[in-house]
Amino acid sequence: MIVFDKPKCLKDAPMHYCPGCAHGLVHRIVAQAVDELDIQDKTIGVAPVGCAVFAYNYFDVDMVEASHGRAPAVATGVKRADPSRIVFAYQGDGDLASIGMTETVHTAARGENLTVIFINNAIYGMTGGQMAPTSLPGQITQTSPYGRDVNTVGYPVKVCELLATLEAPYYIERVAVNSVKNVRRAEKAIRKAFQNQIEGKGYSFVEVVAACPTNWKMKPVDANRWVEEQMIPYYPLGVFKDKDEQK
Amino acid sequence: MATKKLMKGNEALAEAAIRSGCRFYFGYPITPQTELAEYMARYLPKAGGVFLQAESEIAAISMVYGTSAAGKRVMTSSSSPGISLKQEGISYLAGSNLPAVIVNVQRGGPGLGGIQPSQSDYWQATKGGGHGDYHLIVLAPSTVQEMADLTVLAFDLADKYRVQTMILADGTVGQMMEPVELPEPVQKEYDKPWALRGKGNGKSKFITSLSLSPEELEQWNINNFEKYRHIEETEQRAEEFLMDDAEICIVAFGISARVSRNAVIAAREKGIKAGLIRPITLYPFPKDILRRHTSHVSRFISVELNMGQMIEDIRLSTDCCRPVSLCNRTGGVIVTPEEVLAAIEGGK
Repeated sequence: MIVFDKPKCLKDAPMHYCPGCAHGLVHRIVAQAVDELDIQDKTIGVAPVGCAVFAYNYFDVDMVEASHGRAPAVATGVKRADPSRIVFAYQGDGDLASIGMTETVHTAARGENLTVIFINNAIYGMTGGQMAPTSLPGQITQTSPYGRDVNTVGYPVKVCELLATLEAPYYIERVAVNSVKNVRRAEKAIRKAFQNQIEGKGYSFVEVVAACPTNWKMKPVDANRWVEEQMIPYYPLGVFKDKDEQK
Repeated sequence: MATKKLMKGNEALAEAAIRSGCRFYFGYPITPQTELAEYMARYLPKAGGVFLQAESEIAAISMVYGTSAAGKRVMTSSSSPGISLKQEGISYLAGSNLPAVIVNVQRGGPGLGGIQPSQSDYWQATKGGGHGDYHLIVLAPSTVQEMADLTVLAFDLADKYRVQTMILADGTVGQMMEPVELPEPVQKEYDKPWALRGKGNGKSKFITSLSLSPEELEQWNINNFEKYRHIEETEQRAEEFLMDDAEICIVAFGISARVSRNAVIAAREKGIKAGLIRPITLYPFPKDILRRHTSHVSRFISVELNMGQMIEDIRLSTDCCRPVSLCNRTGGVIVTPEEVLAAIEGGK
């Protein structure tokens, strides 16, 4: 009896992600949502610059790789070209909340009918552990070796809260994947973010608070504990906007 | 029955784009090309297309990237400082072999520069512009009619070769009004098996400009440059004016060529054997056409609205076998026929 199977929408490629990294898990969740909603044939994904730059090697859907931070603009171009396609952007914190903040905010402000999956692990992974726009106060990274000093570099950006101030977005939720319970919620949120697009409801955004054990220099289990004890208190989980609830 | 319509250059270009089958336009306002975007905003939706004012030039060119990846004809336009911002996306388009048409209605620079006409983005347009090894096909209209005609050509060349075509206009040609015969709607469509439309029942595809293997990336560039070599051999275009017996050859494009034409006529009236070569393609530079005339031309004069950029291509094309002098104004100042005539009469 098969109790667990790889989603149809993931290729048989070994992933390059580090042990304990959340990307593989979130890839699986996204792929599972695409499978369940039976949209593999018409889905087009946009990969970021960052650790998920090779997402097109793993997702078995049409994919395009954007320049750093521009995934929402590229996704806008793909979606506008043919609104019957299901389009998602998959981005990390440096890509989405630093260099691509303009594209992020304006794509949300336009209410583009697409899905954005945001992996927030509070660090630049691909370049080897530099301070991210979402690194926590006091967090030690390669470019904040004495800890993030809020007096000189300010505070981490809470993207869900920021986007929720906009009128157009339809659905904004923050989830985590550090426990089975949280993974189940993340599955539900990501599925909903795609379902909204299928129904033409508009911009849907899911932030996933995630661990980066390698660059945090922690064991995977400790990293998940750090998510629980340090990150979630700063980045509270929950729904920040859902127009379904406003009806 | 073709009738002529009085139009601004920017508007003629926009209408020609719609007639070329372009149904997607992404841009950001900047003088002196704004009429182009405004025309698109008004008429593209009526043609069943999408006009979207992006939050920045960077976003606009990234939207172009997405729409081109989805296999659609797409255009963006800007003016010099905005074109600098687009270089990131242009390099990615080149790195992914995605066709696109980019319009630069040039103004004076560097920096914020001015808003008056200029040709000082010649180097940026013809030598690459963004990072990495690549070329754009660069077309230089000198009349409102050419703003329309070269737009049709720009879309065709972009799709034919899977390259990016830049229409390098200037504020004068963009802003002036002239009668124009608009092109017939283009019916020809290119097959784009590489386009992303969702995998359907087939294999999934991806488009990327990333290649971490040095050997693969080298080979990719070598292959791409074979394409550029073919373009250099087959796509050179220039207009020749009184060149059959010319001893002094003006080389000028865009608005400078129109000014130079008057100077050439004035020189001929004085018995001076002057002629004009007007490059229509700046890349590929019409070097074969220049070379064909070196037997009877004793010197070349490059007339440009910059500090002397195209002059380098004239020297390279002719292997410096004849002297090449510069007659130029810049910063938004337009060279006069008198200045060009003085350059023809002076020197030796």
